[in-house]
Amino acid sequence: MMIEELLDEQEALVEVKDLSIQFGSQEVLRDISIDIPAGQTLALLGESGCGKTVLMKTVIGLIRPTMGQVLFDSENINQLTEYQLSHLRLRFGFVFQNAALFDSMTIGQNVAFPLRQHGRFTDEQVREMVYSRLSEVGLPDSVVFKKPAELSGGMRKRVGLARALIMNPELIMYDEPTTGLDPIMSDVINELIIRTRRRNPVTSLVVTHDMNTAQKVADRVIMLMPLTRLEPDEPQIVFDGTFSEMGACRDRRVQQFINGEAGERLMEMRASHLQSS
Amino acid sequence: MSSVSANNPSPTQPGDEGRTGLTDWFVGWVSDWGQLVLTGTMALGDFSLFVFRTMKWLFTRLPRKETVWTNFYQVGVSSLPVVALTGTFIGMVLAVQSYFQFRQLGLETRLGGVINMTLLRELGPVLAATMLAGRVGSSMAAELGTMRVTEQIDALSAMGANPIRYLVVPRFLACLFLIPALTVMADFMGVAGAHFYSVHVLGIDLHHYWNNSAKFVTNFDLFVGLFKSVFFGTAIAMISCYQGFNCKAGAEGVGRASTASFVYSFVAILVLDLFLGIALDSIYFTLYPEGAGSL
Repeated sequence: MMIEELLDEQEALVEVKDLSIQFGSQEVLRDISIDIPAGQTLALLGESGCGKTVLMKTVIGLIRPTMGQVLFDSENINQLTEYQLSHLRLRFGFVFQNAALFDSMTIGQNVAFPLRQHGRFTDEQVREMVYSRLSEVGLPDSVVFKKPAELSGGMRKRVGLARALIMNPELIMYDEPTTGLDPIMSDVINELIIRTRRRNPVTSLVVTHDMNTAQKVADRVIMLMPLTRLEPDEPQIVFDGTFSEMGACRDRRVQQFINGEAGERLMEMRASHLQSS
Repeated sequence: MSSVSANNPSPTQPGDEGRTGLTDWFVGWVSDWGQLVLTGTMALGDFSLFVFRTMKWLFTRLPRKETVWTNFYQVGVSSLPVVALTGTFIGMVLAVQSYFQFRQLGLETRLGGVINMTLLRELGPVLAATMLAGRVGSSMAAELGTMRVTEQIDALSAMGANPIRYLVVPRFLACLFLIPALTVMADFMGVAGAHFYSVHVLGIDLHHYWNNSAKFVTNFDLFVGLFKSVFFGTAIAMISCYQGFNCKAGAEGVGRASTASFVYSFVAILVLDLFLGIALDSIYFTLYPEGAGSL
């Protein structure tokens, strides 16, 4: 409780203000406002297609908002030039859902990529930092010369984490870090997220629909609903609080998500099947 | 509800149905064409912006040497055998196809001039470009498309590396600088193939074959071919990279991007070939009016 109070008092590192995103005629996000204080680990929950990943990619400037703004350290990301944005991104780390490692490069080259791209480091320094980051995520030195295709899904995710950490980012974003992994490897990844935060004073944004991950790593949980399941005047954020508060939340949609219940979706499926037949 | 309305059709006059159908058809036709024009204009605008951003990076900050050399190798060295083979066979085919026509007129010794001029001005650059579009362009679109689908392009941006500078500019430079070299190879092998078949198989006199060739073919013909090839290379690189960058999700999306890159590149090559041919001839005849009279 003490930590939460301290975090609440801290200035927001990321501010999302009245954000709306639309792709063609499809509205994905509507009037989203979130502040993430420095040092907080925020888990974004929600069913598939509710716009979690879109929101995260907007925070890093990969997607331009239709309306609203995203501020990082009080700087409006959408008003930056391409050059300024590429420099600002040095302060971010992004762990992609499928790791997004470069196929044509070895693991060592993948992890060293941000250093080679921006840093003025000697080859010796780069080598040391690569080995150090790989050992932090529990990978042996022997993977350095392997290609991403030679590694398992869990190992690739860990390489992705090592690459995201190599520039000591202030904000690290995880896009569904445990999706597609076995329960043991999922727990390893959760532990790594916690350890990363312990080692460095880093702010984290975790997009997931894995309740274990949210419970284990998050200081705060936000749950989004897909706009297709909401009335035009309903807010898209249906829950904002700690994980323990989430359990006590009386909103039927939140409880359905926690318990993994299909609810009215089964009725909808049956109706749609009857209609088509 | 539907059964009720089916049993009680609304009262319409005999001519109304036809008029409504025609109006609907016309509105639909205008709407379809409008949509097509709108989509085409947006795609063209998007493509122009993509080319502009590539040019901006080309003149502001060049990519790293390693990425450039890798692409130069892929585009130049790896394409060399296939371009040489195509050039050789096209030279020989031209000799086979033209020989009997020319022999009927007793002009078989003129074959050298006609074949070599055709190769240098048209077939050398067009075939080298077509092979490049098929071998390199499709592969570029598929590679970049896969990178787009697997979020590798997003990963580049997320790490502060500009994807256009890192992925497009080296491919563009490789196509721009190496397509003239590939064209020279296609020209040379075509000329050599035509010489081999005409002189050693068809038995045309060596001296007259080359003498006529020297009379017909000028340095300007070689220049025309090389000049056109630069435009072909630019078109192939830009179209292929654009298709890769705008690839739709999934294996189908990557396949489509690869096919579209070849089809659009090939169409661009043919269209550019026509207009550049007309433009270069106009320039030539303006500079050397006596050339027009001699043809």
